[in-house]
Amino acid sequence: MTRRILAALAATAMIGAGIPTMAQTSPEWQAVLDEAVGQTVYFNAWGGDPKINDFIAYAGEQAMSRYGVTLEHVKLADTGDAVARVLGEQQAGRTTGGAVDLIWINGANFAAMKEKGLLHGPFAESLPNWRWVDVAGKPAVVTDFTEPTGGLESPWAMAQLVFEYDSAVLPEPPRSTGALLEWITANPGRFAYPQPPDYLGTTFLKQVLYGVMADPAILQQPMDPATYDAATAPLWAWLDAATPYLWRAGRAYPANEPALGQLLADGETVISFAFNPGRASAVIAAGELPDTVRTFVLKEGTIGNASFVAIPFNAGRMAGAQVVANLLLDPEVQARAQDPAVLGFQTVLSVAALPEADRARFEALELGVATLTPDQLGRTLLEPHASWMEKIAGDWARRYGVAQ
Amino acid sequence: MQRRGGWLAQAPRITLLLMVAPVLAGLAGTLAPAFGIVPMPDAPPGLAAFRQLADWPGTAEAARLSVTTGVAATVLSLAITLLVVAALQGTRAFTLLLRLLSPLLSVPHAAVALGMAFLIAPSGWIIRAFSPWATGWTAPPDLLTLNDPMGLALIAGLVAKEVPFLLLMVLAALPQTDAPRRMMVAATLGYGQTAAWAYGVLPAVYRQIRLPVYAVLAYSMTAVEMALILGPTLPHSLAVQITLWMMDPSLAQRGTAAAAALLQLGLVGAALLGWRGCEMVARRLLTCLATAGARGAQLDAVLRPAAAVLAGLVVAAVGLGLAGLAVWSLAGLWSFPDAWPDTLTLKTWTRAAPDLAEAGGMTLTLAMLATLVAVTLTLACLEAEARHGLRPTSRALWLLYLPLIVPQVAFLPGLQFLALVTAIEGTPLAVAAAHLVFVLPYVFLSLAPPYRAWDTRIATAAAALGAGPERIFWQLRLPMLLRPVLTAAAVGIAVSVGQYLPTLLIGGGRVVTLTTEAVALSSGGNRRIIGTYAILQMALPALAFAAAVALPALAFRHRRGMQVAA
Repeated sequence: MTRRILAALAATAMIGAGIPTMAQTSPEWQAVLDEAVGQTVYFNAWGGDPKINDFIAYAGEQAMSRYGVTLEHVKLADTGDAVARVLGEQQAGRTTGGAVDLIWINGANFAAMKEKGLLHGPFAESLPNWRWVDVAGKPAVVTDFTEPTGGLESPWAMAQLVFEYDSAVLPEPPRSTGALLEWITANPGRFAYPQPPDYLGTTFLKQVLYGVMADPAILQQPMDPATYDAATAPLWAWLDAATPYLWRAGRAYPANEPALGQLLADGETVISFAFNPGRASAVIAAGELPDTVRTFVLKEGTIGNASFVAIPFNAGRMAGAQVVANLLLDPEVQARAQDPAVLGFQTVLSVAALPEADRARFEALELGVATLTPDQLGRTLLEPHASWMEKIAGDWARRYGVAQ
Repeated sequence: MQRRGGWLAQAPRITLLLMVAPVLAGLAGTLAPAFGIVPMPDAPPGLAAFRQLADWPGTAEAARLSVTTGVAATVLSLAITLLVVAALQGTRAFTLLLRLLSPLLSVPHAAVALGMAFLIAPSGWIIRAFSPWATGWTAPPDLLTLNDPMGLALIAGLVAKEVPFLLLMVLAALPQTDAPRRMMVAATLGYGQTAAWAYGVLPAVYRQIRLPVYAVLAYSMTAVEMALILGPTLPHSLAVQITLWMMDPSLAQRGTAAAAALLQLGLVGAALLGWRGCEMVARRLLTCLATAGARGAQLDAVLRPAAAVLAGLVVAAVGLGLAGLAVWSLAGLWSFPDAWPDTLTLKTWTRAAPDLAEAGGMTLTLAMLATLVAVTLTLACLEAEARHGLRPTSRALWLLYLPLIVPQVAFLPGLQFLALVTAIEGTPLAVAAAHLVFVLPYVFLSLAPPYRAWDTRIATAAAALGAGPERIFWQLRLPMLLRPVLTAAAVGIAVSVGQYLPTLLIGGGRVVTLTTEAVALSSGGNRRIIGTYAILQMALPALAFAAAVALPALAFRHRRGMQVAA
């Protein structure tokens, strides 16, 4: 009871401070807020990165001071553990009072939970802060690896492929898939991509596929073996043309994202890429990359995907979980997540649509010398259907993976 | 008393069982999924797993790499070792080399490979040292010096690691060959030193080092951590590919991995047979040369410097590589082609400290556990041998070498499978037990000669004064053998610290040691962090060896008879 009063007091104090997003509260949402006060939400999230753990702790402080919700971070080694737990509860017939209230999730884990009916919702689109989410500019916030989210999960961070280059060596980088190929052939040995099936390596193949395909829209459908050869012919043509001019002439590939980054740091490559627009700035700040490195995106857009939170069907603290999901979309919290000194994750919100005061929070961020602004990051391309990459990764191994 | 004696008499059998049973159980556990006897998601009963293996486009090439790199590394290692001993023994260079090479023995394979990788990479120290003033390169050249498709970098790494091992084995065998007198006879007949050694001593020495050579051949063909760091990637060598399949989180590749493990086992078996055949040919050749009376007196002038240069290269490659890692762990921005970092900082160390402490603690715990059990069992075996007059048969010696000769990738998958079934996978205790299988042979090989060489007249004298066997063991033999016991323990710790595959597979990726972390990081190429792990990985065995020297010196500081002869 005391807790409830304290929270109510906190909420009043906050309204007094004039937080704009709280200005108009619908009766339905008010009911959720009321129910959430005093709840302890068990947020099951990967716990392998101290920076992310610190950020979740910060979100917990906000949840307590704004809504009287206690946030408990259950640190997972693997998101699959939480999925398995919910599945186990379902099989054991436990339909209420489950141990998991909120899960950080995306991709295959989401698809599995959705398919098995393990998720509560739809809830995402009725969250008050949903209105700031950039659905038009960042379609990945409603399509998770081609799986429509259907409001069963709420986005909270974006990752996007950006290219990196050393501006001291290369004044003007090639800004399209075609121009990249021309540059590679003109500069032998100065470009590499990680060896598929590494995820960044396959992401690069997807990126090229988008750039060379006649109709990239079919990538959103499951791969059709009948049209596969014709559809992917331009990809193999591009790779056949590029491979002799790759780093080590394509006779060896870096193993993964850090290895690719090391090649840029060593000056072995001049153009590189990462699945995190803030990586280059962070590494420059750490003194491990020359401060002349900059980033760019291709004019046809680059692959992006989102991280989400979802609520299990049997969550014990449903209301509290929604309050936390909404809090993660709060412009102040989003701006903090985007701060390179905190996390450096890209926001899922449309910054341009935000009220003046919130926009200022984003504009005030020191993005770092090499990071593009949200506007400059341009269009994000959706992840293709998983069946495409399975086939393409296998064919890649056949064509280039056992080269002599 | 009688009962204890009974237990002690069983010690050799128990020890052999502890070493052989996991290997056999592991092999059985590997066979089962390969033939689909235990159905796996992708391996129905029958030969489906082998079909999958045959369908994988890199199988033939991966198998070829295993044979070529393994055989080349063994031939080179053995040749360099024999050349060094034959041509240089007795010279001052030889003493110096020994002093430089023996510490290298305790450096884990992964650390050696990481150091080598940094030396020979196009952005590595060798090219930096000559750039741009000699080479004109301001950016690292696009040369395939690392992960080359022929596996030359891998062969070099294996040679650098195996030469110290074989050299030690040869030196341990020499005293039993009556080498000085044989050499003297040959010298009086006008043979050069190298030729005299080859005709007179080599046949006797080789008989003794045959098993270590087989172990080197089997290891080189199936090296995982070195191949991951230095070896080809298009495709990987077979052992690495098996490991990748084993670690596939979806478990869909278990059957393929098991089938490939059997292929690997067959390859090693065939290579060992082939090697045995070559041994006979070589013996025939040597006999022909000897009967032809070739004195080879002028050979020494060529072979001596060649041996010195080759051995020097081994020392330099490992030493400089490790020094390079140490510098990287302290480096701030270090751009090409600078030979030295712009700034030195402890930032990497302080940032990695919590992880290093955790992995280091786990590494040390596993090493202590495995070593403690190994030393206890070895002492029990040797004491049983002494008290009951048992003599190890040559078959027992073969069994002792079994875990070192049967490729790890062939029986560890099965062992992992058994660990999964019994739900002990992923526990530190299970990992320590797996380490024991590899620690025990080395501890035994290291402790047995000094233990058997102990002057039993001391025991006779003590028994005449009324001491029982227990008292003789605890108050005389064990204290007097403190130095070799501690050295054997240090060997055990070094072996355990270096274990990669057993830790990875039996630990299910959840038991994290300095070695698994260092190898995992090596693919990421962050040399600063890798440097910290490799340095620590090297420091633990070094500390153990230092303790093995310091503790007896401290304990025996008032016992002149126990000092190390100068």
